[in-house]
Amino acid sequence: MLDIAVAYNQYKFLGHEFLTWLWYAIDTSQDDLFKDETGVPYIFIIGNRIVCENIVEDNTVESVTIKGDNAGLEEGLTALKKGSIVTEMSLSLMYLDQTWEFNLKGENLHFTGLKHPATEKVQKKEDMEGALLEKIYLYGKAVEIVDSAFKSFIRLRLSNTWKSVTADIRKWIESADQNP
Amino acid sequence: MGLMASTASLTRYRVNGKLGENPIEQVELALKRYRIVEIDNEPLEAATGWTNLNDPFHPDFDGSSFLVASYFVFSLRIDKKSVPANVFKKHVALEEKKRLRESGREFLSKTEKKELRDDVKQILLSRMPPVPHVYDVVWDFENNLLWFYSTQKAANEELETLFLKSFNINLVKLFPYTIADLAMDLPDQDKDILYKLKPTRFME
Repeated sequence: MLDIAVAYNQYKFLGHEFLTWLWYAIDTSQDDLFKDETGVPYIFIIGNRIVCENIVEDNTVESVTIKGDNAGLEEGLTALKKGSIVTEMSLSLMYLDQTWEFNLKGENLHFTGLKHPATEKVQKKEDMEGALLEKIYLYGKAVEIVDSAFKSFIRLRLSNTWKSVTADIRKWIESADQNP
Repeated sequence: MGLMASTASLTRYRVNGKLGENPIEQVELALKRYRIVEIDNEPLEAATGWTNLNDPFHPDFDGSSFLVASYFVFSLRIDKKSVPANVFKKHVALEEKKRLRESGREFLSKTEKKELRDDVKQILLSRMPPVPHVYDVVWDFENNLLWFYSTQKAANEELETLFLKSFNINLVKLFPYTIADLAMDLPDQDKDILYKLKPTRFME
């Protein structure tokens, strides 16, 4: 295996491509991709923040951030059209009538601002262990589902199908003007 | 923003090794050995150690309090002191004046000035209360996974160092490449493709 620091920098693009693909898959309702290991469907909704970056010829980075509750995503698509990729994204995850919210950074897939569905307040000391387990389960579910989506992406990315997926993503980006 | 908070930040690791035959006992001993040491009246700038998740200012791991079902749940505490530059400057000036008056001299040598600065720093650090930072750790022992409730680089580096020192086991950070390489059971031919991947250009 490669040195961790080298691997982190060399393959940063995998996480960026994952977020770009995820936006495409969400926007074009590729629902069959979003099922957990037991076949239960889950839904991702794009949140109120997307960051797109483009490395231009002299290795400088152009960055476009779209944020705000009523922000349109057209500017993000315009950035993709100019060659950007998604580097950060906020998402809502809906699974079995429960909702999680979080931000994902592509290069490391770290979760920030992760909010899980509401839980009961702990009233007694003896309820603590149960509360800890519930928290571990809820945080773990978000991690498991994002991993599941990432693994779907990796399987596609390593397959011969990736070329046609890339072509589909290109068509989706190009059609942004027609479908604002 | 830890495990019990309503919002959290999370870094994930793969635990790259196994504990011995009595893992609970081994973990308890290591947590006790490397628990946080108070530095309130000590001339030290920082201390790092393990503590309890529910009671981070009274580290006590008796009775396997860190064991929750098949998880080891505890916290990393980093205590830091910092002397504000202007406070340091003031006390150096006061001490310099005092030493000159006591010695009846007009100047201090370069070495004496350095010693004076070191002495002042030690005195101020001893008086300064440390600022504690607590980061929760959930170690899924059965699946060799660990969640660390911070994405701060410095805190993650402290975790990796102390974890190795405590348990003699490496933590491997999970990010897109390591998830694909280590956590997906990819066949060798797919791993070969993974190693050779180049970025996709979605737009020509």
